[in-house]
Amino acid sequence: MKMTMTQKILAAHAGKESVRAGELITVNVDMVLGNDITAPVAIREFESAGASEVFDREKIALVMDHFTPNKDIKAAQQCKVVREFAKKHGIVNFFDTGRVGVEHALLPEQGLVGPGDLVIGADSHTCTYGALGAFSTGVGSTDMAYAMATGKCWLKVPSAIKFVLTGKPGKWVSGKDVILHIIGKIGVDGALYKSMEFVGDGLKYLSIDDRFAIANMAIEAGAKNGIFAYDNVTEEYAMAHSKRPWTKYEADPDAEYDEVYTIDLSTIKPTVACPHLPENTKTIDEIGDILIDQVVIGSCTNGRLEDLRVAAEILRGRTVHPNVRCIIIPATQKIMRQAIEEGLVSIFIDAGCAVSAPTCGPCLGGHMGILADGERAVSTTNRNFVGRMGHPGSEVYLASPAIAAASAVAGRIASPDEL
Amino acid sequence: MNAKGRAIKYGDNVDTDVIIPARYLNTSDPSELAAHCMEDLDPDFRKKVKPGDILVAGKNFGCGSSREHAPIAIKASGISCVIAETFARIFYRNAINIGLAIVECKDAAEKIREGDEVEVDFGAGAIVNHTTGERFNIEPFPPFIQSIIKAGGLMKTLGKDAGNEV
Ligand code: SF4
Repeated sequence: MKMTMTQKILAAHAGKESVRAGELITVNVDMVLGNDITAPVAIREFESAGASEVFDREKIALVMDHFTPNKDIKAAQQCKVVREFAKKHGIVNFFDTGRVGVEHALLPEQGLVGPGDLVIGADSHTCTYGALGAFSTGVGSTDMAYAMATGKCWLKVPSAIKFVLTGKPGKWVSGKDVILHIIGKIGVDGALYKSMEFVGDGLKYLSIDDRFAIANMAIEAGAKNGIFAYDNVTEEYAMAHSKRPWTKYEADPDAEYDEVYTIDLSTIKPTVACPHLPENTKTIDEIGDILIDQVVIGSCTNGRLEDLRVAAEILRGRTVHPNVRCIIIPATQKIMRQAIEEGLVSIFIDAGCAVSAPTCGPCLGGHMGILADGERAVSTTNRNFVGRMGHPGSEVYLASPAIAAASAVAGRIASPDEL
Repeated sequence: MNAKGRAIKYGDNVDTDVIIPARYLNTSDPSELAAHCMEDLDPDFRKKVKPGDILVAGKNFGCGSSREHAPIAIKASGISCVIAETFARIFYRNAINIGLAIVECKDAAEKIREGDEVEVDFGAGAIVNHTTGERFNIEPFPPFIQSIIKAGGLMKTLGKDAGNEV
C-alpha cells in the first residue's frame, strides 16, 4: 500500500484503509495537550464558541510549565484560567507547580503517550513523542480548542524524508549532535510540511533520551513530525511507562520517500548551532574562541536524566568558570528526585551551579536566567532565534549537555576533551 | 474578498519569537500583543503599519513556536494579508483557523518591494501590484480549507463537522 509509518498512523486514526500525501483528512486524537501560554487562548475559543463539554476528560493534558512557578501577576492569571477550567471539566491530567514538569518530558514519563498514538499539542515541540513511534505534532490554540470539544483535528497528510542512521556515535556525541548535524545539512525549512522518519542499524546506539532530543527538534527543520521505527528500546520504554495498550506501526516496504539520507553516526562530531538559526551549525573543532556568560542545561530537548548524568560526569570535581552563570533545570519532578538520589545535584551545587525547579524558564526567555544586551549563552535548548533568551542583542549557542557543561567550566565554548 | 494596502517587506525565516517575543506572552489580549508585534526585528513596525497593509516575506514565514499569539498580533496590527514564498506549517494552519488571510506565492514574494501598493483578489486568484502593474496568479485553497475560511475560522465550523466535507 506504499504508506510511510506516519501515513499508516494517520490512516488508522482517520478510519481509512489508506491515505496519500497531500490529502486533507480529519483524525481522532488520543491526547490533546496545552500549556500555560497556549491553553488560556484555547479555553477562550472553546468557551466563546459555546462548547459546553470536553470530548474526553482523560485525553486532555494541561501542563503549567512555561512561566511557572508563576513569574508575575499576568502569568498567574493565565494559570488561574486553566486551573479553573480543569476543575470545572474534571480534567484528569492537569499538572501544576509541585507536580509539573516540562510538558514533553512529562507526558511520556507519565505514560500518557505511547507508540502508535496520535497526539496534537498547542506547543510546537509536541513532535517529541515521535521518539516512541507515535505521530505527534504541534498545532495552535484554536486547533486545541476544537479538539477539546470534538476529539478531532484536520491534517494534511505529509510526505516523508527517510534518514537511515548507521554506525556507532563516538564519545560525547549525543542525540542532540545528530539532530543539529541533520538541521545543519538540510536547513530550517529542509523538511517543511514533511515527516522525518528515522530508521537503520544505528538506532540501537540511540537511547530513548537521545531519540527524544532528535524528534524534539524535527520542527526546527520545519517538519510536521519526526518518527522513529519501533524497536526493543521503544518496547522497553512503553512497557515501563504506558498506561494504555499501544500499537506498533511499520512503514510499508515499498513506501515512497521524497528523499533518503544515509547518515553514518560514527562520522558526526559534537555540533553547535550558532546564532540566530538552528541551521548555523559548526563542529566543536571549527568553533574557535567564543567567550560565554551563561550556560543553561535543561528543557524538553535535554533536561532528562541522561543529560544530567553527562553534565555531572564533566562537572564532578570541577568548578564553573568565574565569568559564567550555570543554570541546571531538571525537566520533571521525577528527574529532579533521581538527580538528587544519584548525587548529581550535589555535584552541580559543589561546582557552583544554580539548580532550579522544573520549568521552561529561560528556554523561551521567560524567567530564571534572562540574558542582557550583548550577553552570550550556551544552551541545551532548541532555539537560538533573536531575543529567544532575553535581550534582542543577546546570543544563544545550542549544544549538547556535554558541550554545555564543558563550556561552563572553560568559560568559552569547549569540548570536555579540552578540560 | 480583497485585501489592499502598502507592502511591508521582510526576509526569510521570520520566526514567531520576533513576531511576538515570549516575554509578552503572559497575556493573550490582541491589542497588547499588537503593541509589540515585530518589535525585535523592526522596532519601527508599530509606527509604520497602517490598516490594510500587506506583509510580504520570503521562505518559512512564521517558523518556530505554535503560539497563535503570532497571527493574532499580526491581524490585530491591521495587516490584511501575508504574502510569503512559503509558510511554516503551524503558522499556516493557525492563520487559517483564526481567519488571517495568507497567500503562498514565490514570484510575488520576490518581486514586490517595500511600499508598493498591492491588492490581493482572492476571488479572481490574483495578486496585483498597482505600483508596477505586475500581476501574479495564486493557487486557490483546497475546498476544505475554503470552507473554514468562509465560516470565519475553525471554531465557527463547530457542530457542522467541517471534516466530513473533505
Ligand atoms: S522547554 Fe522550551 S522548547 Fe520546550 S516546551 Fe518549554 S519553552 Fe518550549
